Amino acid sequence: MAEVAPSVSGRAWTRPPMIASATLRWCILVGTIVYLIAAFITLDVNWQRIAQGWERGQRFLGGFAPPDFVTRGDAIFDGVLESLWMAFAATVVGIILSIPIGVGGARNLVPPPVYIVCRSFMAITRTLPEILVAILFVKLFGFGTFAGFVTLTFATIGYFGKLLAEDIEAANQAPLEAMRAAGASWLQRLNYAVQPLVMPRAIGIAIYRLDMNFRESAVIGIVGAGGIGATLNTAFDRYEFPSAAAILLVIIIIVLGSEYLSAFCRRLVR
Amino acid sequence: MSVQTTNGLREWQRYDSKQGLLRWTLWLLGVAVFVWCFQKISAGTEWSFVLDAPEQGADIFDRMIPPDWEYARVLGRPLWDTLNMATLGTMGAVIFAVPLAFMAAQNTTPSVRFARPFALFCIVASRSINSVIWALVLVMILGPGVLAGTIAIAFRSIGFIGKLLYEAIEETDHRPVDAIASTGASSGQIIAYGVVPQVTPVFAGIAVFRWDINIRESTILGLVGAGGLGLELNASIGNLDWSRVSVILLAIFATVIVSEWVSARIRKAVT
Amino acid sequence: MPVLRLEKLLKRYERTGYDALKSISFTVEPGQIVALIGPSGAGKSTLIRCVNRLVEPTSGKVLWGDVDLVGLNSNELRGARRKIGMIFQEFALVDRLSVMENVLSGRLGYVNFWQSLTRRFPQKDIDEAFRLLDRVGLMDHVDKRADKLSGGQRQRVGIARALMQDPDLLLVDEPTASLDPKTSRQIMRLIAELCRERKLTAIINIHDVPLAKMFAERVIGLKDGAVVFDGPADQLAGEVLTRIYGEEDWEEAGQRALMKFVQLGDGGPSVDPTRLAGLR
Repeated sequence: MAEVAPSVSGRAWTRPPMIASATLRWCILVGTIVYLIAAFITLDVNWQRIAQGWERGQRFLGGFAPPDFVTRGDAIFDGVLESLWMAFAATVVGIILSIPIGVGGARNLVPPPVYIVCRSFMAITRTLPEILVAILFVKLFGFGTFAGFVTLTFATIGYFGKLLAEDIEAANQAPLEAMRAAGASWLQRLNYAVQPLVMPRAIGIAIYRLDMNFRESAVIGIVGAGGIGATLNTAFDRYEFPSAAAILLVIIIIVLGSEYLSAFCRRLVR
Repeated sequence: MSVQTTNGLREWQRYDSKQGLLRWTLWLLGVAVFVWCFQKISAGTEWSFVLDAPEQGADIFDRMIPPDWEYARVLGRPLWDTLNMATLGTMGAVIFAVPLAFMAAQNTTPSVRFARPFALFCIVASRSINSVIWALVLVMILGPGVLAGTIAIAFRSIGFIGKLLYEAIEETDHRPVDAIASTGASSGQIIAYGVVPQVTPVFAGIAVFRWDINIRESTILGLVGAGGLGLELNASIGNLDWSRVSVILLAIFATVIVSEWVSARIRKAVT
Repeated sequence: MPVLRLEKLLKRYERTGYDALKSISFTVEPGQIVALIGPSGAGKSTLIRCVNRLVEPTSGKVLWGDVDLVGLNSNELRGARRKIGMIFQEFALVDRLSVMENVLSGRLGYVNFWQSLTRRFPQKDIDEAFRLLDRVGLMDHVDKRADKLSGGQRQRVGIARALMQDPDLLLVDEPTASLDPKTSRQIMRLIAELCRERKLTAIINIHDVPLAKMFAERVIGLKDGAVVFDGPADQLAGEVLTRIYGEEDWEEAGQRALMKFVQLGDGGPSVDPTRLAGLR
């Protein structure tokens, strides 16, 4: 190597730290360590119980080899169908209801009071976990698919409405201006300037939400809202691991299938 | 534009007859499927229960108010457990998701024939099963408690973080990677210098985003016995103690909103 | 220092059956600076990438002394690449790393994984990095992030990174393509000076004919993957240029070739559509 110029020889270099202030750096490091220690101490691991459960875990994994689709075949089939129509009906109704609320949440289309009411309604429906809503509706409507249907509808409104509102706000404003200039009424403006711009992505979101609703239906069944979740819960309660394994596999396969389907549909729409 | 005056006519002419027929068939099919679905649902519904729902609702609401504020003091520990499940679970998920993502990404995978399909399978399996179901399984094996919840959160998050991260890895700019390769760097060094700096900010965003989702999920895992706020909720609902239920619901609501705010702030800072 | 000899080098893209390089042969003497000119899509980028095998040649030999680079296994190739520096068209810096880290990445072939991960490079590498940064005029920017620099500064970092390897051969791919005319000249002058200082052999891809004439002693003209001119820079005039770039308006020809290149899209360096738009 060529000889080293005296001005720079021997000058050390270390990578500059990400956080410039040394005090802050140490505080964050110490804070993280203290938190982790505290968190691990309060984990309350019960080794005896784990040792006992180990054998059960092995039986559960053993359930996958081979899974038993037959013994509870009817229940699984019914459960899947129930989940599917619950998800479908909830997606349709949810989207229909979310359109007025979504439009109401678009700042460029409605007066502020309407905007605030719609936005807060959507915020609440999105923030509450589905399973909590399901518990509430099961209390109100009794066990079964109706409670599940209402729960999924409720969740769909929040999800779809928010995305719809954001899409409308982000869409090109120029056509809207043009329509207004042409003297179009509010509904006409919606139909001609907003709908065509928002439609393609909305269909994509709708299909994705259908997929999500199906997956969620597997969960809310556990608290009594019908569908494949209820079947799964029963299988676990009776320690029928091969059947439980079969149900889990069915869920994975349907989710995979719907993922391919939604990718396909989105390509079609585009 | 003269569109408004001929509104109906124009609308009708928008598609030629073949296209129009197809659209109408699809719509009809959709409506038919929906009606059939709804009949199935209503067949399994006890409508008298549904009809008296407003009364029931009013009754429950009456009992929820006023909330039992005294009870809020007891919620400190469950809240702490909820936070821990989400945080430790996310950390655990990151430890497994990062190597899986590098195995799954086309441009960094060590072997297209073995490592990649294996990693993709792990990611898909983890993603398809909701954390509540993971918790159900794990509570059965490990016993009720925070540990089962933490692992359930981790299992579900591996797929989420893994998928988004491997997509980000596949989208990295190949030019700096070529440049690093041309210096004679080993494949490990190419990843460390060429790929990692490019995906770090994306990765931080994904992890924080998942942490935020995990907070929401861990508030309810207790319903199947995995500790945290959900456990208290389950007990209170079981005892029909609605004034306590309202306190817990408020606590969950507040936690979720705060975590959403924190996560949004951090994500804005890293990108 | 060894001689670089290309023998019947061929690159065929299997999917399209398109030959990007058609049996190229030439020899570069030690210490020689060769400019490779030709319209975009003529195969210049593919050619220099075949030398260090960022693109795998389909057949032929790349002889570096008596070693055939094409026949090396991945470990031997890494060893060979250490001695071949490369400077890139759009700098190809790692944007989120600091200037110093980018320069030190030139030493990756010499240090082990752990050293590079923890950024603990030997002091003599750090001395050399500071010396090079001083030489290219970036001493004030050592710990800045690479994406905070201007285009000319970024290319200087790229040059320092290549020289960090202590190379014998320098491959330079359109070093001035994204720079303004004045900066282009400065960068070319810097590269030429450094090559002479260190007595490096260099192959420089460049589409700017005046710059090629100014800084290279020998010029090779490439058209549709074949050598159509090879001679001293001062012979580069009228008739020769027409042979390389064709009768048509040069700019238009370049654009069409580029379009062809984009449609190929098979393993070759991809072309940013925004740059295409800029051509129109």
